[in-house]
Amino acid sequence: MDALVSKYSGSGASAALDGEDGFGNNLSGWDAANQFALPAFDIPMVANPVDFLRAHTDPSAENRIRIQHGTTTLAFKFQGGIIVAVDSRASGGSYIASQTVKKVIEINPYLLGTMAGGAADCQYWERELGRRCRLYELRNKERISVAAASKVLSNMVYDYKGMGLSMGTMITGWDKTGPALFYVDSDGTRMKGERFSVGSGSTFAYGVLDTGFDYNLSVPDAIELGRRSIYHATHRDAYSGGSVNVFHVKQTGWEFIGNYDVGELHWEYAAQPKEPIV
Amino acid sequence: METLFGITGKDFVITAYDSKAVASITLMKTGEDKSRDLNAHSLMLFSGEPGDGVHFAEYIERNIKLNGIRHGIEMSPKAVASFARRELADSLRSRKPYSVNLLIAGFDVKTNKPELYWMDHLASSAEIPFGVHGYGAYYCLSLLDRYHREDITEEEGIKLLQKCITELRSRLILNMPDFVVKIVNKDGIRVVQI
Repeated sequence: MDALVSKYSGSGASAALDGEDGFGNNLSGWDAANQFALPAFDIPMVANPVDFLRAHTDPSAENRIRIQHGTTTLAFKFQGGIIVAVDSRASGGSYIASQTVKKVIEINPYLLGTMAGGAADCQYWERELGRRCRLYELRNKERISVAAASKVLSNMVYDYKGMGLSMGTMITGWDKTGPALFYVDSDGTRMKGERFSVGSGSTFAYGVLDTGFDYNLSVPDAIELGRRSIYHATHRDAYSGGSVNVFHVKQTGWEFIGNYDVGELHWEYAAQPKEPIV
Repeated sequence: METLFGITGKDFVITAYDSKAVASITLMKTGEDKSRDLNAHSLMLFSGEPGDGVHFAEYIERNIKLNGIRHGIEMSPKAVASFARRELADSLRSRKPYSVNLLIAGFDVKTNKPELYWMDHLASSAEIPFGVHGYGAYYCLSLLDRYHREDITEEEGIKLLQKCITELRSRLILNMPDFVVKIVNKDGIRVVQI
């Protein structure tokens, strides 16, 4: 880490002159203005970027930046299929990196994956899963089951167990057996279930979700329950926020229901009278 | 914390596992299967590192089934336990060891004897009359020492298991909702509701 800081602090000119590509071996493409310019890269909008980098970099591993993010994601089965709802905040420690992250990954028209943990890990491995599911489809002339797809993902990440992958995901979809929901994480855990919530805000989401859940909920009510559970989680969990994305998984595939800014939801819910307890 | 039980009797082994799946402080699921039937007369219960249990157990299960198909003869519980121990011991000396605790229960159809093998994550294996893995062991091993006999009937075995579960429910701070009980005897493996 200190080596990283010293590399990019101090005079940009001296750093450039010490570089490998001196005058001899790169004559044709050499551009003095470019070469002597200060290095340019995006800097987090914080008071002290060096302290920020120090806090998010592992001193023992050079160049290895660990930016995790807190999250709230949930999915549940009900009479009308599966509702998937997620927040959209990406954070690194106390820094909010983005409020507009897509945490539902559309693997194919019948499969959805959710994202918690490392964003890059989830995106990469779920895209790889999508590729393998497409190959399965071409080879077998039928769609892969959700059970098989989730096991493909679980086996892939299990091969990298203990090497720093970080992901907690729910794989949902509709196959021959009907709606299916699986939880898969980077320790290799894979389980089938009816109702899951994953991420730092999951406990808050579970509180609202478990209490308001009924298998016979109508589709609009189920969507509202998912949306509200995420809203309440974003209210209490500092690492969740932004907006709520809601999806509905049906026999015909998944449908995007909507994106709801939690700031607006807050006032909308505040204006509504509280529901009776019994 | 997961709890696994195994109790041998006159002509059977009773096994039980709590069916909770826990992530940190959250109960993710009840009804999680922590056992695999390895062949007609032996089964394995597992606990430990999340992910490792299922992978190791399914690997052992398939190899034992393959062995049965290749040779047209079922492996004895002792052979099954020796194989599992060897695989775990070899894995322990690899770059990425499995971290699983096991109970292997079986009924040897040649000698007509029930057998129970206890194995920890360091691959030390022992044949025992009864065994418990997890925090439950601190309460139940003494209880089993006190009441267990070699010649107990299935009915007595289930009563004894119920004593253990009652003790866990009353003393262990963790919520122990439901146990899945499997019995193996000369007729094979069956799930029992208690």
